[in-house]
Amino acid sequence: MHNARGTTHEAYCVEREALSMKQFQVPRPPDDALRDMLASLMDKGKVGGVFALAQTGENSYSYALITDKKLLDHIVPTLPLMPANAGKMVSRLTMLEPVKTPIAVIMRPCELRALFELVKLEQARLDNLLFISYTCGGVLEMKTAKDGLQLKLEEYWKQVKTGGVSEDMRDSCRVCENFVPTGADITLTLVGNDNGKQTTVQVNSEKGEEFLAGLSYELTEAGPELEALDSMRKKRAEQKPDVFGQFAAEELGMAGLTALFGRCIGCHACGRACPVCYCSSCHFEAAENEFDPSTLETELTNRGALRLPTGTLYYQIGRLFHVSISCVGCGMCSDVCPVDIPVASLFAKLAGSVQGMFGYVSGRDAEEKIPTSTFEMEELEEIGA
Amino acid sequence: MADDGAARQLDKEILSPKPGIQSPAEGGGDFQPRIVGFLCNWCSYAGADLAGVTRLKMPPSMVAIRVMCSSRVDPLFVLKAFLAGADGVLVAGCHPGDCHYQTGNYYTRRRFALTLKVLEELGLEANRVRLSWVSASEGGRFAEVVTEFTETIRKAGPNPAKTEVFL
Ligand code: SF4
Ligand code: SF4
Ligand code: SF4
Ligand code: FES
Repeated sequence: MHNARGTTHEAYCVEREALSMKQFQVPRPPDDALRDMLASLMDKGKVGGVFALAQTGENSYSYALITDKKLLDHIVPTLPLMPANAGKMVSRLTMLEPVKTPIAVIMRPCELRALFELVKLEQARLDNLLFISYTCGGVLEMKTAKDGLQLKLEEYWKQVKTGGVSEDMRDSCRVCENFVPTGADITLTLVGNDNGKQTTVQVNSEKGEEFLAGLSYELTEAGPELEALDSMRKKRAEQKPDVFGQFAAEELGMAGLTALFGRCIGCHACGRACPVCYCSSCHFEAAENEFDPSTLETELTNRGALRLPTGTLYYQIGRLFHVSISCVGCGMCSDVCPVDIPVASLFAKLAGSVQGMFGYVSGRDAEEKIPTSTFEMEELEEIGA
Repeated sequence: MADDGAARQLDKEILSPKPGIQSPAEGGGDFQPRIVGFLCNWCSYAGADLAGVTRLKMPPSMVAIRVMCSSRVDPLFVLKAFLAGADGVLVAGCHPGDCHYQTGNYYTRRRFALTLKVLEELGLEANRVRLSWVSASEGGRFAEVVTEFTETIRKAGPNPAKTEVFL
């Protein structure tokens, strides 16, 4: 299932798109189609539960693991909101031991990639999980949940149908080119489809086929890639100067960084929300990281003033060192930042460079090693003299 | 790096103002670079020791912090020294193939490539950070590395992070 290997992401995409796939159509909108399908799977005892985005009240949305079929009404798996990175949530569920009964998990491509990174980091397990994902039109900022969501949805779905980019999307989604899931067993092709009327479901693995066997769907060979996917890829690439331009190296430096993070309140929400920032006791939260009297004195002697809370750049750059190799560009960090610092844009930009150096794309393949946890004997000879 | 000795040592001693070594920013005359060196116990620290006992000539610019292997150096160590105002940060370990723990320094090398990349992308001066391989018998080489690196840093001038106020 996760056996594709290519040196570059482009090569990988080509390889992946060449895989032959089967598909079927359901004359219902995606969320309804999924509810039906999952209800049948639960009826037949093929899955014991469903993990998906759920509406839990008015303006309230969160991920939920549902085992009572009657509660399946609550799921809204394709609603463009991401209250948490689902990869991190599944890690919470499976960190101590794998789930015992099969569970259908519905998550976006970047969430699946985050989960695969977490598996490599020994923070999650995939056993007994059936992965359902979809070609992803992106998500809106979470605050939209209480602020005009219904109004924005119409425009959102219009863009998904035509392979466009909507202004309301998170910046990280505007530039995300990894919106076709890798490693899913079942994929809904939302991009390019009229999602008000019908749903196209692709089956990407034997596991997916096994689960769906016996359900009343008729499989046909999947058609060629939709033009809308290409359009979306192109439109997103075009957004890059706008989203990443402000982070050119010559714009940053000490001065640029202190300006960028000058209103950071040190809440560390960005790290807590980040799926691949996974330490349960964080160095930056530890007493060890507090300034002791002698450090305080040194700092004051050298600088004449001290910014409080301390260590803002130490935290931000430190986190870049730790997570850029695994960052999936999901945008959670920006979305939770109370002072609107575009954290995710900076992190995603650096993730591209750092991962690119090793020909790596975080989470594209659960079996691949994280570059910093492996090595070649003959390489990087220019480093270390 | 919870409760880590090396990080504490860095905080407590290395970066406190020391009499005799002052940067122009601190009101001194000639710029004397201050370099923090993380040296692996089995090779580079021994190499430094050899350079010392054989009285090789090298500038008194480096403060050594001993780590058990170069792979123990979390990029956070480098960053902490850098932000605290170290003019240069050296990480030194056994030559590839000679790590006391067999493969530690291969990981170091990848992690260091990442460290450099992040610094470059952030527009921070990656030339203030250096990785070198020095074996236990290479006292001369150690002196050369320190001399050369000190010269590079002298040309680059004091680390602006030293006087950046609100970071
Ligand atoms: S980052 Fe990409 S995969 Fe993730 S929600 Fe946005 S568009 Fe979808
Ligand atoms: S750094 Fe931000 S964009 Fe990257 S994985 Fe973490 S939360 Fe997502
Ligand atoms: S979420 Fe925003 S304010 Fe909070 S630590 Fe991160 S960057 Fe700073
Ligand atoms: S022990 Fe010297 S580099 Fe590992």
